[in-house]
Amino acid sequence: MESQPKWREDFPINWEEDQAITRREFTKFLAFTSCGFFLGTGGTAVWEWAHRREPAGTVVVPIAQRDEVPVGGVKVFRYPTANDPCILIRLAPAQLVAYSQTCTHLSCPVHYEAERRQIRCPCHEGYFAVEDGRVLAGPPRRPLPRIVLSIRGAEIWAMEVKQG
Amino acid sequence: MEMTFFIDPSRCIGCQACVQACAECDTHRGQSMIHLEYVDRAASPQTAPVVCMHCEDPPCARVCPADAIKQTKEGIVQSADRTRCIGCLNCVLACPVGVPRYIARIDQMMKCDMCSDRTSIGKKPMCATVCPSEALFYGPREEIEKRRRERPINTLIFGRQVVKTKVQLMVAPHIEALDFDVAIFIHQHK
Repeated sequence: MESQPKWREDFPINWEEDQAITRREFTKFLAFTSCGFFLGTGGTAVWEWAHRREPAGTVVVPIAQRDEVPVGGVKVFRYPTANDPCILIRLAPAQLVAYSQTCTHLSCPVHYEAERRQIRCPCHEGYFAVEDGRVLAGPPRRPLPRIVLSIRGAEIWAMEVKQG
Repeated sequence: MEMTFFIDPSRCIGCQACVQACAECDTHRGQSMIHLEYVDRAASPQTAPVVCMHCEDPPCARVCPADAIKQTKEGIVQSADRTRCIGCLNCVLACPVGVPRYIARIDQMMKCDMCSDRTSIGKKPMCATVCPSEALFYGPREEIEKRRRERPINTLIFGRQVVKTKVQLMVAPHIEALDFDVAIFIHQHK
């Protein structure tokens, strides 16, 4: 078999080179891949459960000065560990709220939009209510974890994380 | 030891044993893949068994538009894959030896596959096991060279088409290749 046209590679005369997929092979492929996905996600869930983070206990830290954040202003802080960015928002002179800055969808940082009074995740257009962190729109399913605040003298303290 | 299929039409006695043996095979359900042809029926009782010559570059597979005819690495050209064959008869027309047959009942081509179910596990093809005159012989080349005057060749010439085959044809010792000029046969019959 000397020179063969290019299309012959897809339809070879030689049996070994024939790449036809039978119905049985295709069914096998479907069954094995779906089993693979099932075991993979199951394994990930078990791993996550085994390595779940213990609640940080009651870490109480000062996060800002009382008059540091103006009305409509935002301050980013880290609580309860240095790996957990949070945002502190002053909605009114006497109304302060704080939430985890990690979007509950795919962990993008969320931002406060003062004119709409909503917290927005720009990655997939997720919106959270600024009053209580509940989901208003977009792909997130769980509300933003809320940071319980306390005002002690001239300082604002973070008391604990409340999962929504 | 490498086993080869040898055909010697001059030894054929027309007993039909090969045809019957072939039809007994379960892989093609009673359909014989051998054609026992009369060479010139009006003038002679001479017959010749026609099995697939298993061309090195099989024209039947080359012309198949449905990709249904495959050649194994041993060089055996298989019968049409029944999930692919569309019964177009391209192979029937293309084969210079006239081996593939269109079976209208099942709308499929069927042809001799040198009993690949048997030969792949070291058995002889059905026809070669029953041929009483060894017109169909399956065995080592040394054996047949020792026992016959004829020599095996595997080059057939059909006009401009030169076909090299896996199956060997026993011919007179001085012949290198068999040159079939179809036009001569047509002229003779006129």
